[in-house]
Amino acid sequence: MLLSLIFRNAFRHKLRTLLTIVGLTVAVLAFGLLSTVVEAWYAGAEGASNARLIVRNSISLVFPMPLTYRQKIRQIDGVKAISTANWFGGVYKEPKNYFPQFAVEASTYLDLYPEYVLSDSERKAFMRDRKGALVGEKLAATYGFRLGDTVTLKGTIFPGQWEFVVRGIYSGRDAKTDVSQFFFHWEYLNETMKIRTPRRANQIGVYVVEVADPSRVAEISLAIDSAFRNSNAETLTETEKAFQLGFVSMTEAIVVAIRLVSYLVIFIILAVMANTMAMTVRERTAEYATLKALGFGPLFLRMLIYGEALAIAGLGGALGIALTYPVADAFGKAMGTLFPVFIVSDLTVGMQLACALLVGIVSAVFPARRAARVNIVDGLRSMA
Amino acid sequence: MNGEAALVSLRSIVKGYRRGQQTVPVLTGITFDIMAGEFLALMGPSGSGKSTLLNLIAGIDRPDSGQLIVAGEDIGQLGEADLADWRARHVGFIFQFYNLMPVLSALENVELPLLLKDMSRAERRERAELALSMVSLADRMAHLPSELSGGQQQRVAIARALITDPTLIVADEPTGDLDRESAKDVLHLMQRLNDEIGKTIIMVTHDSRAAEHAHAIMHLEKGELSGREEVRK
Ligand SMILES: Nc1ncnc2c1ncn2[C@@H]1O[C@H](COP(=O)(O)OP(=O)(O)O)[C@@H](O)[C@H]1O
Ligand SMILES: [Mg+2]
Repeated sequence: MLLSLIFRNAFRHKLRTLLTIVGLTVAVLAFGLLSTVVEAWYAGAEGASNARLIVRNSISLVFPMPLTYRQKIRQIDGVKAISTANWFGGVYKEPKNYFPQFAVEASTYLDLYPEYVLSDSERKAFMRDRKGALVGEKLAATYGFRLGDTVTLKGTIFPGQWEFVVRGIYSGRDAKTDVSQFFFHWEYLNETMKIRTPRRANQIGVYVVEVADPSRVAEISLAIDSAFRNSNAETLTETEKAFQLGFVSMTEAIVVAIRLVSYLVIFIILAVMANTMAMTVRERTAEYATLKALGFGPLFLRMLIYGEALAIAGLGGALGIALTYPVADAFGKAMGTLFPVFIVSDLTVGMQLACALLVGIVSAVFPARRAARVNIVDGLRSMA
Repeated sequence: MNGEAALVSLRSIVKGYRRGQQTVPVLTGITFDIMAGEFLALMGPSGSGKSTLLNLIAGIDRPDSGQLIVAGEDIGQLGEADLADWRARHVGFIFQFYNLMPVLSALENVELPLLLKDMSRAERRERAELALSMVSLADRMAHLPSELSGGQQQRVAIARALITDPTLIVADEPTGDLDRESAKDVLHLMQRLNDEIGKTIIMVTHDSRAAEHAHAIMHLEKGELSGREEVRK
């Protein structure tokens, strides 16, 4: 009977309760989406490996390193395999069509990234074609790339029009794998640069190094960087994960702002909800006084009010969480390749639930105290 | 009942209300006894302190001074929680505006005080159904208060006051909000409770016709009792 009393009390003012629930639903949904955006932001680093090292020019990523480093790094003790990647930064039709493009050493790159799953025939076709390109399935879906299609990118770092033929569409080994990238042969880039701007040939953006024993990454990183100390291009070596995190942290301020907004949304709904509960309890003063007269204690009254707040908050929270999945799905699709990975994590759902319950509890604190302390005689008189 | 020990015993009860800086006296030294099984009407002009006195006896308010013994307990000395337990055991309330829970059915309203007792759900149901049939509302059990007339609501409230088999029933203007016919029903019902199951009832009213149902009438004027008038045997 206590439960049914709580539940029926919650729906006494149907419109008011409904509006509160809608508000909660929207707030919890917004919170979930914003959290998912933040997580998507870090997803690149999430999917990154601790067993791969990235070697780059210590001055800045925009400065390349000589191709000759490849041989030297390969010989360092503990290095199992090595490949290269150059950031291409081309534009597909319009600048807004952003997706990452890399010129890679095709013969070795895929061996270092087993998470990019590709059929043997496509792999062979890609290796055979100097102008061949490998695209992630999400990227392919976004722009309608199919095998055999010609894709033209306008170079920014490497001027000119560049033509590629899609030879493979890779999928991800798991949900964290970035399937919105575009890879092509470094050879193609380098041969062309040799003709157009010879002084920019034979240069490498980053070396990707696979180590035999992940527990030795620190030591191996140090060995690599020492090998090039006092050279024209000193190196900075770190794990792929650290490298990716370094990238996203450049925009930390945005992430902080998003987080702030998401908590602000929860705070606002908390204020709305607290107001609703306060109004409700004020209206029912005479009822609480009656219950007390009948012998019900403050604990019972508190339970009624906490129960009611939790019922409303729980409903709003559940609806918000239920809506987060389809809305995030649609949102992720609409954002295209901007967020390579856009999935609602269990952590986000947990946070949503926690926020909803917290709103329920906090909004009931003062009303519950008020009801528990109501003076019976005054409360009864308030009726007449 | 040996007729010697009073069920309610008030000695020099003083009660005032603070209004700003000064205290407005409401009861200025009330002394009287109520015997078990009595049906007493408390009359007096509006603002004379009838409700205040009734609230003290019912244990929902506290005197400023004086001794207040009800059902063998010096209730002026009880703490908040003990007083609540005491009320649950000894007092049945009937209010002018019925004070039913609007979201609960007639049956659930009657059942409500039993939540404080150690009783199974089925047992509670059974008792509540019995109490409702005693007030002739067996056919209205599932109705919400808003679906009942004022007289019917007050009968539900009487059933609720009865359900815990309290030592004492207090009624503050129980017919104050009712038309004549409903008022008569309610008063007859209360009289039956007194006659047939010997419930002690204290009723505040300013309606002399209502007071005629009681054994005796006490008059309260300017904070003091001005005599007791026997109405019927
Ligand atoms: N909670 C209160 N605060 C201030 N004054 C009160 C309070 N309750 C009652 N009074 C005053 O005490 C007097 C007696 O009130 P009450 O017992 O309700 O009278 P009655 O029931 O006889 O009409 C009135 O003057 C009323 O204004
Ligand atoms: Mg009164």
